[in-house]
Amino acid sequence: ENCPRQNRSSNSFDEESLSEEELAMLMEQVEQRKKLISTMRNKPWRMVKKLSVLREAQAFVEKFEGALGKGKGKKLYAYKMMMAKKWVKFKRDFDNFKTQCIPWEMKIKEVESHFGSSVASYFIFLRWMYGVNLVLFGLIFGLVIIPEILMGMPYGSMPRKTVPRAEQATAMDFSVLWDFEGYIKYSALFYGYYNNQRTIGWLKYRLPMAYFMVGISVFGYSLMVVIRSMARNANQSTADGDDDNFIFSWKMFTSWDYLIGNPETADNKFASITTGFKESIVDEQESNKDENIHLRRFLRVLANVLIICCLCGSGYLIYFVVKRSQTFSKMQNVGWYERNEVEIVMSLLGMFCPPLFETIAALENYHPRIGLKWQLGRIFALFLGNLYTFLLALMDDVNEKLAEEDVVKNITRWMLLGHHNSSMGNSSADTPPPLDPADVPRGPCWETTVGIEFVRLTVSDILVTYVTILVGDFIRACFVRFVNYCWCWDLEAGFPSYAEFDISGNVLGLVFNQGMIWMGSFYAPGLVGINVLRLLTSMYFQCWAVMSSNVPHERVFKASKSNNFYMGLLLLILFLSLLPVAYTIMSLPPSFDCGPFSGKKRMYEVIQETIELDFPLFIAKIFSYMANPGLIIPAILLMVNSLRKIPIKLKINQHPSTCLKLLTHVNLNKNDQLL
Amino acid sequence: LRGLNNLLFYRYRDLAPQLVPLDYTDKPDVTLPYELIGSMPELKDNPFRQRIAEVFSEDGDGNMTLDDFLDMFSVLSEMAPRDLKAYYAFKIYDFNNDDYICKSDLEKTVNKLTRNELTPEEVRLVCEKVIYEADLDNDGKLSLEDFQHMIIRAPDFLSTFHIRI
Repeated sequence: ENCPRQNRSSNSFDEESLSEEELAMLMEQVEQRKKLISTMRNKPWRMVKKLSVLREAQAFVEKFEGALGKGKGKKLYAYKMMMAKKWVKFKRDFDNFKTQCIPWEMKIKEVESHFGSSVASYFIFLRWMYGVNLVLFGLIFGLVIIPEILMGMPYGSMPRKTVPRAEQATAMDFSVLWDFEGYIKYSALFYGYYNNQRTIGWLKYRLPMAYFMVGISVFGYSLMVVIRSMARNANQSTADGDDDNFIFSWKMFTSWDYLIGNPETADNKFASITTGFKESIVDEQESNKDENIHLRRFLRVLANVLIICCLCGSGYLIYFVVKRSQTFSKMQNVGWYERNEVEIVMSLLGMFCPPLFETIAALENYHPRIGLKWQLGRIFALFLGNLYTFLLALMDDVNEKLAEEDVVKNITRWMLLGHHNSSMGNSSADTPPPLDPADVPRGPCWETTVGIEFVRLTVSDILVTYVTILVGDFIRACFVRFVNYCWCWDLEAGFPSYAEFDISGNVLGLVFNQGMIWMGSFYAPGLVGINVLRLLTSMYFQCWAVMSSNVPHERVFKASKSNNFYMGLLLLILFLSLLPVAYTIMSLPPSFDCGPFSGKKRMYEVIQETIELDFPLFIAKIFSYMANPGLIIPAILLMVNSLRKIPIKLKINQHPSTCLKLLTHVNLNKNDQLL
Repeated sequence: LRGLNNLLFYRYRDLAPQLVPLDYTDKPDVTLPYELIGSMPELKDNPFRQRIAEVFSEDGDGNMTLDDFLDMFSVLSEMAPRDLKAYYAFKIYDFNNDDYICKSDLEKTVNKLTRNELTPEEVRLVCEKVIYEADLDNDGKLSLEDFQHMIIRAPDFLSTFHIRI
């Protein structure tokens, strides 16, 4: 009904008699109908009207599309159209199927109806992380671990794959396994197990090359997925979130959460909306008050100084503790505490510093949303500082181990000589019997040590998180509920009452955990598997904990308008975890007797080796030209530039289209009424 | 979309299995009364459920046919575009159906949101502030353009104007 009817088209459905003009007009009408079909969803018509218009347009397109191909090309054109339609239908069915396969949808909906969309967004984020980690695990497991286990040399055949003689007695003890020593250390979970054979098995699988490429593609895939998610979120978020122009309007029209399906939550929401309105009214009336600016500034500076002192203190503490653990590892009888001191200290710092920061921040007297941003920034700085101090201390350890390698090489040479001489004396054979792999002296495999440290850190982080939830939420709820009957004051209304779900703390925990996984997965391929298990159990455990022990928030202050704040943090952490790994790949020599790169001077030499031996000669030449810094640096700059432009482009796309949409919308409405 | 429609059909039927036939090919003229719609778990705690049902029902009384029902949940779903949601939100908050959100509509909205716990003075202040903030053409009431201009920028609109079923 939007375009003039073409009387001739229904009569002259006969190829030869269609003139050029009529064909062109017919094509235009078909295009118009197609556009109508694709924008049908956006029109504010009733479903009945939409369906009838849709059917009419589809019938029109079907009838006349075939006629548009000219002469002999007609059959091919009709065939192409049919295949295109089948493809669209297939994609739609596949999308429907994919939506049905999304796990935990019901669980998240339940949390959402009780706690609102903010808490549910944490679980949606957790689910997304689970998906990403599952893919990474699939990559690592399928391309690195399985080939080595199936096609590589078995356990016990080589020194690097065997528990040394001295440790064999205790290798199966639980306490040793819990520290990731013993049999676990010499398994496919860690870097040191992998053989440096260039090709393994009958498939001639290039394992060292695969190991290197999988390590790089872990970062590449994560980067791609995070950026894609940010782009999708950017489409939904609005331009300026700190807009103060519509406070009351937004409070009125967007404060009720339509997802609420539970009377208790609804009561809470009503109360919080009422409080919100009253507070805004008070704010509005007080906004002309005079404040003592100087006192406020002084207090803020003081607070920042105190916090910087805390951060430096915690960094120094970690450095000190890591150094101590290195001296402990050389001693014989170390207790459980000495062995796990580093992890305990780091977890305790992570638990007690954030509340300390919050207390100090009370001096600053910021608006809660701004205060939340400062708090998150400080926690971020704390974790980053701790992690990097830990890494620096670890680097000292690595350098020490590298120096030790020469000593071990000498010892090995002497030992083999001695073995050779003694066995030559006993038998008259030409070649001496080979030394049992368990007896060969080992170099200190620094990569496996680094991997073990990261795995232990991750495991202790998991344990601390779960214990905190159990004690801080569940036991607290039990205490408040049951002891309330015989307590002097009302535990439920006053202190300590039920816990609220700490959204930002949990999201940050997830983000930092992922950073550690990214850092450690190159040296401990099994780490991603551990993380997948952790995320899976977290989903069930935290859903249960939230539903059983938490209460909905009284006031919600979001740190950002969309999820992009946390995605931005994730991106930052991705780059920061890439740095140490890239540094060690580029500048540290791999251990001489363990891992897939042993024997090379640098790990990245595996690429050169593969290109020289596996590809024809001219490709090697091309790569050697491309590896010129003069080409690489401009390429990197170009990439950075185009990455920067994406969010700007997305923002530009939003504004004019929304203005246009408003105008066209109004026009369409008027047209509808006329029709 | 088809999967969602199937689910919605069964939810609709579950409200009154004796009234709703399983076979819809001959387009039966079945309308469910508002009381059944308003008692759905997704809607029963919503202070605006009556307005929502009225806006999407054909007769404007809240009695919904299957098509109205599908309409309602598809607009309130995650996938509906922002402009469509804004259009229907405007209609929901326009209590007297005069295509403008006037002061009395605002007062009704505030009172529903706070369950009448604000004093009349506070209610008046809030409504005046809203008109001051959002009324662009200065006619003392919010037209569709004013409303859309304001709601498009709201960070929470999409996440709160959403029912998952």
